[in-house]
Amino acid sequence: MFYREAGDFSTTYQADAQTFPIKYERWGYYAILAVAFGVVPFFINDYWANAVMIPFLIYAIAALGLNILTGYCGQVSLGTGGFMAVGAYAVYKLMTSFPEVNIAFHVLGAGLVTAGVGVLFGLPSLRIKGFYLAVATLAAQFFLVWLFNKVPWFYNYSASGQITAPERTVFGVVVTGPNTDAAAKYLFCLVFVFLCAWLARNLTRGSFGRKWMAIRDMDIAAEIIGVYPLAAKLSAFAVSSFFIGVSGALFFSVYLGAVEVTEAFGIQKSFLVLFMIIIGGLGSIFGSFAGAAFLVLMPVLLKNILVGQLGWPTDLATHFEFMIVGALIVTFLILEPHGLAQLWRVTKEKLRLWPFPH
Amino acid sequence: MPDQLLYAIEVTLNGLMAGVLYSLVALGFVLIFKASGIFNYAQGVMALFSAMTLVGIMDGQVPFSHLINAIFGTDIHHFGWHVPAIVAILLTAVVMTAFAWAVNQVIFKHLVNQEPIILFMATIGLAYFLEGFGDLMWGSDIKSLDVGLPQGGSFWIEENTAWLGGEGFYGFFIDQLDMVATVVAVILVAVLVAFSQYTKQGRALRAVADDHQAALSVGISLSYIWVLVWSIAGFVALVAGIMWGTKSGVQFSLSLIALKALPVLMLGGFTSIPGAIVGGLIVGVGEKLFEFLVGPMIGGATENWFAYVLALIFLVFRPQGLFGERIIERV
Repeated sequence: MFYREAGDFSTTYQADAQTFPIKYERWGYYAILAVAFGVVPFFINDYWANAVMIPFLIYAIAALGLNILTGYCGQVSLGTGGFMAVGAYAVYKLMTSFPEVNIAFHVLGAGLVTAGVGVLFGLPSLRIKGFYLAVATLAAQFFLVWLFNKVPWFYNYSASGQITAPERTVFGVVVTGPNTDAAAKYLFCLVFVFLCAWLARNLTRGSFGRKWMAIRDMDIAAEIIGVYPLAAKLSAFAVSSFFIGVSGALFFSVYLGAVEVTEAFGIQKSFLVLFMIIIGGLGSIFGSFAGAAFLVLMPVLLKNILVGQLGWPTDLATHFEFMIVGALIVTFLILEPHGLAQLWRVTKEKLRLWPFPH
Repeated sequence: MPDQLLYAIEVTLNGLMAGVLYSLVALGFVLIFKASGIFNYAQGVMALFSAMTLVGIMDGQVPFSHLINAIFGTDIHHFGWHVPAIVAILLTAVVMTAFAWAVNQVIFKHLVNQEPIILFMATIGLAYFLEGFGDLMWGSDIKSLDVGLPQGGSFWIEENTAWLGGEGFYGFFIDQLDMVATVVAVILVAVLVAFSQYTKQGRALRAVADDHQAALSVGISLSYIWVLVWSIAGFVALVAGIMWGTKSGVQFSLSLIALKALPVLMLGGFTSIPGAIVGGLIVGVGEKLFEFLVGPMIGGATENWFAYVLALIFLVFRPQGLFGERIIERV
C-alpha cells in the first residue's frame, strides 16, 4: 500500500543501478532531503540544535567513517577518538594559520590530514588481524591524545592547553564561535553530512566497496582472486579516517567551540562510535545514521524522563544510561546482530507484501 | 655503583612489580579466551565490580541505597555492621560465581557459534552494563579498600640496600603491597596450573580449550565449563581488584586497567598463561624504564601509550605474540 515496486520499470542500465531503484524510496529520500534542508533550519532553536541535531549529524559522519573501516572492510578500530582529535587539531591549526581561507576548506583539509595519519596507523593492519589489530589501534588512540596534550605547538602555546575556535564565516554567515546562529551551525554540518553520505554510498557500491567487502569476508581468498590487500586496506583506512577527521573538525569548531583533548576525544568516544555502528548495523549507510540517532537521542530522552519527570538525581540517570546502553548492545547482538538497518530491511520486506502476507 | 644506575635498577624493580599487577588482570583474559574463545573486555570492570562489592560487604552498605532513596524518599545508607575481611572475600567470591552463571545464562548461551568479534562486542556491552550496575548498587564515590595488606615502602629493603650507593642514595624504595601482590600472583598461577593439570575439571577445561566439539562428544558439558571458567576469571578479577583497589582506591579508573592488560596480552599471546606473566613484566619494566630514561626529554606521562606502541611494533614482527599459537590461515 505504502511501499510498492509495482509499475517501476527500469529501461536503462543506469536506472537499474541507481542508489534508490524503487520509486517510493527515491521520493522518500528526496522528501527527507527537502525537509532537512528547507524546513528544519527555520524551526530549529538552540536547545534542539545543541542537544540533538548537531551531535547527531556529526556523529553520523564519524559512524559512516568507522562503518567503512569496520563494517565494510572488517578492520575493527578503537582509535576513533584519536582520529577525531587529529581532525579537531588539524582544523584548529589551519583556521589559525590561514584565517583568510574559507572554513569549509579547512574542514576538508583536516579530513585529508586525518586520512594521512589514518593510513600511517593502518599500515600494521597488513600484518595484524582481528583482535590484535583492534588493540593495536588503541596505540593510535592513546598516543595521539598524549601528543596533543604534550606538544604546545598543536594548541598554539595557549596557557590552558585548550583549543578555542575563532569566529569564521561562510558566505558572510557566522558558523563557528560563540555568536553562531543555531540554523547556521545546523546547515553547515548538514552539507558535510550530505556530501559524506553521498560519497560513502557511492564508494561502497563501486569497485572500492567490493574490494573492501572481499577483504572483510576473507582476506586471503580476496588476495587470491586479485584484490591487492595493501591498496584495499589502506584505502579503507584513508577514507574512514577522512570522514572521522571531518567529524572531529566539526565537533570541535562548530559544536563544542573549545576542546580539552583528553576529555573530548578519550577512549569513551571510540567506544561510543563503535556502539553506534553495532546498534545501527555493520556495513550499512542507513545503519550509521540510525545508530548515531539512537545513541544521541537516548541519553537526552532518559535524562528528560528520569531527571525531568521523575526528579531523580543526575548521577542515577547516568548509571541507568550505562546499564541501558550495555544491555541494548547485548540484546541487539543476540536478537539482531545486523542492527537497526536489518530491522528496517525486514520492515520494508513486510510492507511490500502488506496487507497480504502470502 | 653510580647513583644513576642504581635508580635505573630501582625503576626496573618497581616496573617488575607493576608488571605483576598487569599480569593479574591479563590472566583473567587468558583463562576465558582459552576456554571459550571469548575475548572478555569486561575483565577490568569485573575487577572493579568485585572490589566494590568487597568494600560494600565489609562496610555493610545497603545495595541500591541511592535508588531506594530516590524512589521512596527514604534515607538509608548502611546496615551498621562490619564484616571481617576474610568472610567478605568469600561472600564476594560467591557473588562473582553468581555473576558468572548469570552471564552465561543471559548472554553467552545465546551467542554460541557467533563470530569472535560479535562475542567481543557483547563483552563490551557487558562491561558497560556492569559498570552502571556496580555504580547503581554501591554508589560511584571513591572508596578505600583495606583488607589488612601491608602498604608503604619496605624499610627493611631500604636499610639493607642503602650501602650500595653514595651519599644521596637511601636504598631501594619498594612498596610492600607490590611484594605481596607478587607473592599472591605466584601462588595464583601455581594454583591455576595445578588445577588445570591435576583435577578432573581442569582436564575438562583444557579439553574444551583444545577443541569444543571433541570435548562435547566425550561428554563434557560446555555450559558447565563456561560457568566454571567465568567463575575462576571472576575470582582472578577479585584478586586483581583487591590489589589495585588497595593500591589506588576503588574507583572508576580501576576498570581502565583492562585496557592496560590488552598490550600485555598482545605481547604474550592471547592463549598462554606464562605469556600473560612475561608480557606483564615486559610492559611493566618497559614503560617504567622508558618513562625514566626518555620521558623527561619528551614531556613525560609516556606510560599512557608506551605499552600500546611497544605491542604494536612487536606485533608487526611477530603477529601471534611471544607464546601464542602460530596463526595458520587457509582459504
